Amino acid sequence: MSLFDWSYAWQILPDLLRASLNTVGITLVGFLIAIVLGLFLAIGRRSRRLWLSLPTTAVIEFIRSTPLLIQVYFLYYVLPNYGVSMSAMQVGILGIGLHYACYIAEVYRGGLDAVPRAQWEAVTALNIAPYSAYRNIILPQALRPILPPLGNYLVAMLKDTPVLSAITVVEIMQQAKNIGSENFRYLEPITMVGLFFLALSIALAYLVRRLEARLELR
Amino acid sequence: MTSLLFSDLSRRNTEAPLHPQEAPAMQTPDTVKPIVSFENVTKSYGSFTVLDRLNLAVTPGEKVAIIGPSGSGKSTLLRVLMTLEGINEGVIRIEDELLTHMPNRNGVLVPANDRHIRKVRGKIGMVFQSFNLFPHMTALQNVIEAPVQVLGMKPAEARERAADLLELVGLGSKLGHYPSQLSGGQQQRVAIARALAMRPKVMLFDEVTSALDPELCGEVLNVIRKLGAEHNLTMLMVTHQMGFAREFADRVCFFYKGQIHEQGTPAQIFEHPREERTCAFLSAVKEAN
Repeated sequence: MSLFDWSYAWQILPDLLRASLNTVGITLVGFLIAIVLGLFLAIGRRSRRLWLSLPTTAVIEFIRSTPLLIQVYFLYYVLPNYGVSMSAMQVGILGIGLHYACYIAEVYRGGLDAVPRAQWEAVTALNIAPYSAYRNIILPQALRPILPPLGNYLVAMLKDTPVLSAITVVEIMQQAKNIGSENFRYLEPITMVGLFFLALSIALAYLVRRLEARLELR
Repeated sequence: MTSLLFSDLSRRNTEAPLHPQEAPAMQTPDTVKPIVSFENVTKSYGSFTVLDRLNLAVTPGEKVAIIGPSGSGKSTLLRVLMTLEGINEGVIRIEDELLTHMPNRNGVLVPANDRHIRKVRGKIGMVFQSFNLFPHMTALQNVIEAPVQVLGMKPAEARERAADLLELVGLGSKLGHYPSQLSGGQQQRVAIARALAMRPKVMLFDEVTSALDPELCGEVLNVIRKLGAEHNLTMLMVTHQMGFAREFADRVCFFYKGQIHEQGTPAQIFEHPREERTCAFLSAVKEAN
């Protein structure tokens, strides 16, 4: 038996690639949920209104302090008992998006806090409403310094997608395990999955750096 | 002491318009309604009182220079008028409207909500010591932003007006420059154009030349001079430039311990100050220069 069976690797590649589309899709949609929801959570947490800031803080801290695995288990296996049932894929995307939204909310909060108070005073003096102020003035300034940590979370999220195999989502790791158990040969599929994550992580990190450089120029 | 007498008077007479602390030469005709009035306004941080039952009425078009030692409440006066900070007691009125309060359904005055404040403070514009331009926008974008977002002006129209305003402050050739590419004096002039773009009736200048190198103050003061000469803007300025206050202002208010300790025409204040504190302050400033 050769160390690495190239023909076997070649043969299982299409199945792995198909599953990798799920991994990429989960990451992209999940990250979209995370950056949008995270922003609202951050603004809610910063609010002067206690009825908004206290519950938001509680949700963020609760989700950040419990494992993703338990959260998706709960969403997938417990919620149906209360009439909320979703497909494994839906739960996976929602769960991972929600989990990372809470981490990303803290990143936003740091970025928003770093915008000088004087900018808010200018906003007040020009009578600009909070929504326009956030969208056009505060967020663009807050975003630049938080791009590197946002990029980190994108890569971390990609690497966390195999957790979803626990709730039967067929992402690339789950597919590799299936292939391995069918053929009693794990070396090739698991190696290929590792390389896939390596390549995609490096590519994403590169894209984020490009984006940073572009914003830096302005 | 004269000032004590005046503030005693002010406490008894709380109805607007108020001119309790005026020297005889400063009488405003009763027919002219003040555009800005502070009525017994108190502002404190904990146990430290920054504004102490302050009364001040400014008539439309009046240029008021505010001078005094640091910590005397000068900047706070402008900041509470811009609603950057709340007040603890008293009311502030802009034209006929209360800025700090509003009547509730039963006609009882309650602290103003955000909506009311936004409506009334639109009449006021402010220029800050440290410019506070939006760093990610060009000079032109800085001036366009608020008219489009707040006044609902069409972008093309806002752009045209912004270009005119930047021309007015002598920056017609710098429209596409970011704040980081402009000198302090140029940034401050963009800030003035930005405030003017909102068509304020009252402009507040908070030590607008203090952060500038001495050779750059002139260009900013010239713009303010020009505004004063060509437009009927009411202006309140906190300044350390005594020469400018003397030449430009209609009235000079000397602040001390959160109150207007003495006020009068520039000639009265700078040539014949009556109060000891005023004399001491002015001679200290003269020495420093």
